[in-house]
Amino acid sequence: MSVIYLLISVSIFVAICFFIAFIVAVKSGQYDDDYTPSVRILFDDETKITSQNNNSPIEEKQV
Amino acid sequence: MSEQSCFHCGLTIPKNEEINFDEKKFCCTGCKTVYEIFSLNDLTCYYDFEKSPGATPQDIQGKYDFLDNEAILAKVLEFQEANTSIVSLNIPHIHCSSCIWILENLNRLQPGISTSQVNFPEKKVRITFNSETVSLKSIVYLLSSIGYEPYISLENYETGKNKVDRSLTYKVGVAFFCFGNIMLLSFPEYFEIKEFWLDSYKPFFRILIFLLALPSFLYSASGYYVSAYHSIRTRMLNIDIPIALGIIVMFIRSTYDMLMDHGPGFFDSLASLVFFMLLGKMFQTKTYSFLSFERDFKSYFPIAVTRINADFSEESVPIYDVLKGNRLLIRNQELIPVDGILMSEKAEIDYSFVTGEAVPITKKSGDKIFAGGKQIGKVIEMEVLHSVSQSYLTQLWSNEIFQKKVEQKHKTITDALSRYFTPILLLIAFAGFGYWIFIDANIAFNVFTAVLIVACPCALALTAPFTFGNILRIMGKQKMYLKNALVIEQLAKVDTIVFDKTGTITTNKKSNILYEGIDFSDENLQLIKNVLRGSNHPLSRMLYDFLPEYERIKIDDFQEITGKGILAFAEEKEVKIGSSSFVESEVLDSSEIERTSLHIKIDNIYYGKFIFQNQYREGLEKLFETLSREYNIKVLSGDNDGERENLEAILPKNTELVFNQKPEQKLEFIKKLQETGKNVMMVGDGLNDAGALAQSNVGVSVSENVNVFSPACDAILDAGEFSRLNYFLKLSHKSILIIKMSFGLSLLYNIVGLTFAVTGNLLPLVAAIIMPLSTITIVSFVTFMSNYLSCKNLD
Repeated sequence: MSVIYLLISVSIFVAICFFIAFIVAVKSGQYDDDYTPSVRILFDDETKITSQNNNSPIEEKQV
Repeated sequence: MSEQSCFHCGLTIPKNEEINFDEKKFCCTGCKTVYEIFSLNDLTCYYDFEKSPGATPQDIQGKYDFLDNEAILAKVLEFQEANTSIVSLNIPHIHCSSCIWILENLNRLQPGISTSQVNFPEKKVRITFNSETVSLKSIVYLLSSIGYEPYISLENYETGKNKVDRSLTYKVGVAFFCFGNIMLLSFPEYFEIKEFWLDSYKPFFRILIFLLALPSFLYSASGYYVSAYHSIRTRMLNIDIPIALGIIVMFIRSTYDMLMDHGPGFFDSLASLVFFMLLGKMFQTKTYSFLSFERDFKSYFPIAVTRINADFSEESVPIYDVLKGNRLLIRNQELIPVDGILMSEKAEIDYSFVTGEAVPITKKSGDKIFAGGKQIGKVIEMEVLHSVSQSYLTQLWSNEIFQKKVEQKHKTITDALSRYFTPILLLIAFAGFGYWIFIDANIAFNVFTAVLIVACPCALALTAPFTFGNILRIMGKQKMYLKNALVIEQLAKVDTIVFDKTGTITTNKKSNILYEGIDFSDENLQLIKNVLRGSNHPLSRMLYDFLPEYERIKIDDFQEITGKGILAFAEEKEVKIGSSSFVESEVLDSSEIERTSLHIKIDNIYYGKFIFQNQYREGLEKLFETLSREYNIKVLSGDNDGERENLEAILPKNTELVFNQKPEQKLEFIKKLQETGKNVMMVGDGLNDAGALAQSNVGVSVSENVNVFSPACDAILDAGEFSRLNYFLKLSHKSILIIKMSFGLSLLYNIVGLTFAVTGNLLPLVAAIIMPLSTITIVSFVTFMSNYLSCKNLD
């Protein structure tokens, strides 16, 4: 068995894996809202800062 | 700094009224309270993302009592099982990253809420909560108390799970997957490397290509087969016929070639063609998810209303359960959902949703009041005359124009062209076949299929979607929001424009205020201004804004009498502001009644009256003048003809003015125009124009705030851009021109391809070059042209 069969099959298989991942992503609604997540990703850190240091949230966030 | 703005909501703080708290300045206690709530819960980060992001919380006492009713609650909730509930609430105030942050941290303000997720483009928040620890009502109150009052209307009553159609995304995904892989596997064939090593793997490559082409051919392109089939059945030749024909012939010919070992076939061209065309389709379907073009009265009507039972108990009932003879309680700022008779002594009803008229109408006990009005002031009682669906305004929606879903009212420009394209194409194919059959039967079949393949009007079909898609975005940036790309074609065909008067060509924000009477001293003006400050009546607010700024003085006694006016004491003077009967002005002639005015009396001396006139939008005169050169202009109004003289002065001479039009009559008016062969554009604003907007070829709704209010229509125009209506019309004409130009260009490509085809020389490689090349040229051409023309001054 020639190696080309193996290589091409593997490459197609990998491509199909990505394709399935895409379908799953669309199905779960990830593409319905393409704006909010981009804002949300910036929030996490700031939440922690305020809850840990009640007194000096202003100095912290200017860093 | 002379002007100071509120730390919470950003509004200018009136002089000497600021509230200092925590070293920050606030304009009112409402804003201060919100800040307090946030700072108590470590949520002051809210103010870091955006400067002054908040809104002043409104008083909503009793407004959401209906959420205690189980039946209504079940309708509003999206999901409910055991003690987990999910609700999606529409919050118009969502506008910045601070909003997202605070709404997604609701669980820190209210135990019982597990998660909340914001969908920013749709201005919605989806809250999952434990219904045992917290009720939906308390969540709504919480949201309102921090300035994010949700908008719950009758539309929420019928929310099922709204299905999102994602099939186009899937199809594009599949098409791209097939296209990419086929292209990679086709490379050896392109270079025609006569190498033993590659040659021996040819069958393997070809089988893979064939298998990869199947999903693209069977699934992604399926929409074209369906559309072509429909168009044959209805005998309307559309562009999808040659496309479907091309794709099918391409597939069959390629399979045949491959089996007979003639060559690699056209699978690569097929996959790229399907992919590019679907991409065009996707580009065209730009949607403004925060706008709704399908709204009817349901979006504005409340979901429930308070009914007074025979034993005088109050109960929230769903609107659809309200029957004739019921007694209803309408609170301040609540919408009257049904026609009825007023039982309370007086009411001030604001019909601006319906007519666009900003000044409320006063009704007395026993008067008939119509659905759609908003009560302003005290709580009133009314008796129901008609149920919701039978009411004067809502009856409009039983008109057949709202019943049928018209998919496409007109033939598109592409379909019009394809009426000629398809027969000519078939003619060439058969001519080529007829010529070659006498020479070589084999070549004859090749030529026949090659013609159909190469002429597959990919570039032609892409022209319109890309041009319109681009124009749609350009217009959207300039605050003219179109429902879909087809509207642009309709805009270009318009020859008659019908305007609504109130709220459309007049603005309800500013009023032209005139004063007639004895001149006021500065002291008196200061007095009036300060008295007006306490009143929430729209006329008082307008006059308040109109008068110059004065120092504050203390008002000793203040009394607002609904439907009459204000009685106040300050600095030992008695001030009366209100209707003529209330102020007892001696001068009364009959012409006064048709005008809106406020009369002033100070210490029993009658001074005079402020007259409120319709304020026409800026640039109206110029707009009408330019429009009248090319269009037939008509103005419809639901009001009496008191404004006729003023209007005639502004409008061009040949303008037809029609007054006293009921909503149905407006619809009929448009219908009659259309029957005489006119393409009518209706420009309106209120719910009473909804029928006319739906009936017209293009219904444009002018809206002061695009997020909040607009009836069902084809386009929503921001009121600030009203004077540029002519620009948008011109742009639509230009886009048709661009399409025609690029049709010429793509036909050129077709002719080049056809010369290859009819001479029997169409190699797969040539096809693989011509097709994407023509697509790319067309797409870049239309994108460049539409951007260039939109920047040019079109006036």
